[in-house]
Amino acid sequence: MMRALTNRLVILIPYVWLLFFFLLPFLIVLRISLSDLEYGAPPYTPQFSFSDGWSVIWEKLSALDFENFSFLASDSLYINSYLSSLQIALVSTFLTLLLGFPLAYGMARAPDGVRPILLMLVILPFWTSFLIRVYAWIGILKQEGLLNQLLLWLGVIDAPLEILSTNKAVYIGIVYSYLPFMVLPIYSTLEKLDESLVEAARDLGCTRIGAFWKVTARLAVPGIMAGCLLVFIPAVGEFVIPDLLGGSGTLMIGKTLWTEFFNNSDWTVASAIAIILLIVLVVPIVWFQNAQAKATEAGG
Amino acid sequence: MPSLGSIRRSFAPWDDPAAKPYISFKNVTKRFGDFVAVDNLSLDVYEREFFSLLGPSGCGKTTLLRMLAGFEEPTEGELYLDGQPLKGVPPHKRPVNMMFQSYALFPHMSVADNIAFGLKQDGMEKGARDERVAQMLKLVKLEEFARRKPHQLSGGQRQRVALARAVAKRPKLLILDEPLGALDKKLREETQFELMDLQQELGLTFMIVTHDQEEAMTMSDRIAVMDKGIIAQIGTPAEIYEAPDTRYVADFIGSVNTLEGKVVSSDESHVTIEGPDGRIVGGLRGSKAPADGQTVWFAIRPEKMQVSREKPAEAANALEGEVWDVAYLGDMTIINVKLESGNVVQAAMINRSRLVDDPIGYDERIWLSFSADSGIMLER
Amino acid sequence: MTARWSWFNISSVVVGFAFLYLPIVLLIVYSFNESRLVTVWAGFSTKWYSELFQNQGILDAAWVTVRVAFISASVATVLGTLAAVALVRYTRFRGRTVFTGMVYAPLVMPEVITGLSLLLLFVAINFARGFWTVTLAHITFSLCFVAVVVQSRLVSFDKSLEEAAMDLGCPPFQAFMKVTLPVIFPAVISGWMLAFTLSLDDLVIASFTSGPGATTLPMKIYSQVRLGVTPEINAVCTILIAIVTTGVLIAALLQKRRAFLGNNE
Repeated sequence: MMRALTNRLVILIPYVWLLFFFLLPFLIVLRISLSDLEYGAPPYTPQFSFSDGWSVIWEKLSALDFENFSFLASDSLYINSYLSSLQIALVSTFLTLLLGFPLAYGMARAPDGVRPILLMLVILPFWTSFLIRVYAWIGILKQEGLLNQLLLWLGVIDAPLEILSTNKAVYIGIVYSYLPFMVLPIYSTLEKLDESLVEAARDLGCTRIGAFWKVTARLAVPGIMAGCLLVFIPAVGEFVIPDLLGGSGTLMIGKTLWTEFFNNSDWTVASAIAIILLIVLVVPIVWFQNAQAKATEAGG
Repeated sequence: MPSLGSIRRSFAPWDDPAAKPYISFKNVTKRFGDFVAVDNLSLDVYEREFFSLLGPSGCGKTTLLRMLAGFEEPTEGELYLDGQPLKGVPPHKRPVNMMFQSYALFPHMSVADNIAFGLKQDGMEKGARDERVAQMLKLVKLEEFARRKPHQLSGGQRQRVALARAVAKRPKLLILDEPLGALDKKLREETQFELMDLQQELGLTFMIVTHDQEEAMTMSDRIAVMDKGIIAQIGTPAEIYEAPDTRYVADFIGSVNTLEGKVVSSDESHVTIEGPDGRIVGGLRGSKAPADGQTVWFAIRPEKMQVSREKPAEAANALEGEVWDVAYLGDMTIINVKLESGNVVQAAMINRSRLVDDPIGYDERIWLSFSADSGIMLER
Repeated sequence: MTARWSWFNISSVVVGFAFLYLPIVLLIVYSFNESRLVTVWAGFSTKWYSELFQNQGILDAAWVTVRVAFISASVATVLGTLAAVALVRYTRFRGRTVFTGMVYAPLVMPEVITGLSLLLLFVAINFARGFWTVTLAHITFSLCFVAVVVQSRLVSFDKSLEEAAMDLGCPPFQAFMKVTLPVIFPAVISGWMLAFTLSLDDLVIASFTSGPGATTLPMKIYSQVRLGVTPEINAVCTILIAIVTTGVLIAALLQKRRAFLGNNE
């Protein structure tokens, strides 16, 4: 009896917590996104309430207006934010891969004694505040910042470059902040890679580069996929980086949501934006979770 | 004059001074930092030979293979394949293929794609390639597994795919690094014979690394026993077993009893020694007899000793002792006997009949006897 | 073999780490700058640190942040460990798929969505926003990280250890407490540390769920950063980096010592 009870509690406690603090809030967001805006506190009129009977809900559901969503569709600001978010996330994911893969590859081939130290060095920035790491770039990238000072001093440029408050700064910020997320999964696949596979390919007639593409790169694909998704998904909804490093022209959906919520107090539109953002991300998220579940099973 | 071992060989190019070696290691040394993996080693292997490198782990045998395949370059010395120096030739340009210890099957490719990999690198056109792959699958009896991925195969099947992949390109030389190490005993024995048949069929030169002496004995034309980067002895399995050069070689292959003593007399074929176990007459190793008074070791295999309760009348050598341990193994029975001197020697009796009238038991006093040619005197 | 580490490998590692560490190093260096202008070096000074300790607003925010982080990390560790046990040990129960989804989803959920949805929950149930709402929000998202960390350790845990304990007369619950928990404890500790730093760092979720009197340090930093780079903020950041780095290094050393002792047993 005792065992059955503890069993149930082990599952029940975190389950109920997550239902209440994770799932329920989503349903509320969904509900509010379908409501009408009204000023006051809370600034929305519920379109239907959960305490109503099913028949009432059904009746209201059929009369439901997707006003907020058609509003999002009608204003090009929102569409552009989504598209621009996806574009920025895609470009920066690619740049992160470009920098992250050689780093992970170099780490995986490091001597045995050095590898744990390198791994530690990649993880360490992950523990320091995200906000601080983004902030550090402001002093470097601004007009009279350290990068421009250096380039002017070296004579590479005549006039300071305008990097801060442009999308370039946002790319740099995302690559910088999410680099460990790219490096770690790639590193762990490369580290497990059996060196004799590369030798076998060489033995069977591949050049060094041929063996790299046909074996090393090919077998690192799961790690590359995981790394790209780990960078892409949060980058799409990123707020801090475009807000601090980007300019007024930088459109990103996380920033738009923030503005709608905090500056315009439009909770219903903010909720509708959140719902669409989630829909946009559902495919990559599910993809990632399946890959993760598969990897966990293989590991177990 | 009688020859060593119980089989006659007709293939023996190493005894023919006119034969050209196919692979030559000439004074090859390989160092990793301070560690000397291969130490000034010279070795010739002939075409169509099945050659084994045998030794404990860390003796340099794998390094030797890796230099042949092109994954390591010698620090000093030269390697020749079919008369051509191999220096600077990258692995993909050498007419040598290797079967890896871990098999190194590409996990993202099917069995057929694994076998076709090397052929694709050579630019073989699809028709011919498919034909060759089918032929290879048939050779290793894996026709119905062509579409499987390596992880869906058993250990023995994987081993055969690795083999098919390595021979698909028809290399002049096939290198095998501990090819059967991952298989269980029964499968290993089966595969040993399969490998020998395959070598006959394809007419390849095989160079194999192993630490399993039984494997080397079964398959090889010649064996090189290695010790700390040098070759301790090269010879046919019978030479290695019946006429080892040193105690190291004798001990590495099979079981052996060694009894120490000082030389009292010798003639052109026999040496007599006197030691704690009394006087022993044994065969002379080589052509030059050791000097009187020199310490030598008499080495004799357990199966070459006769066990009896009474002292045999006409034996060249006879030792008395007490039965210390008896182990019944089915095909034979192993008896450990403690001699007067305290030395324990091992004798093996072949169990020729199922029923034994009066079997030997613990603590009995027995006699071990053997002829002068059953054992050999070793100077080292 | 060291020979595998080519010059190309070494240079890509060096470039990668320079990129990762240079900005942080510069930030620390300029926190000791005499000048108010962050980008012009005017000599060494610790005056920004002493000014920092006069700034009541920042000190209050730091105190709030540490309390939130401590409480939320501790609760999240308990809940996350339970969730990990549920995921690894109970392979079939009703609603397991939903449960798994709820544990993994917050890991990749954009923070703006988590923040917004939690805020709307608190509004809907009429819960006054402030210290406790931030704490609850932090517990929720960090418990998932703890669950993942502990889960990966539990998966490799040799279940026969627990079975041996039961065979020797331990009831299941005690077997878990006396055998399993001590073995997975390092993972539980790293889970706690992860939850603690996540809470310490969080800006977005705290901004949504916080209320009057519960301004956290990241919120404070953010509002000042928007006004521009100041050496004072550099000093705050330097202190935070120092604390976190020390914590991580100590944890790593402890782990190493443990592994060392474990090998000697």
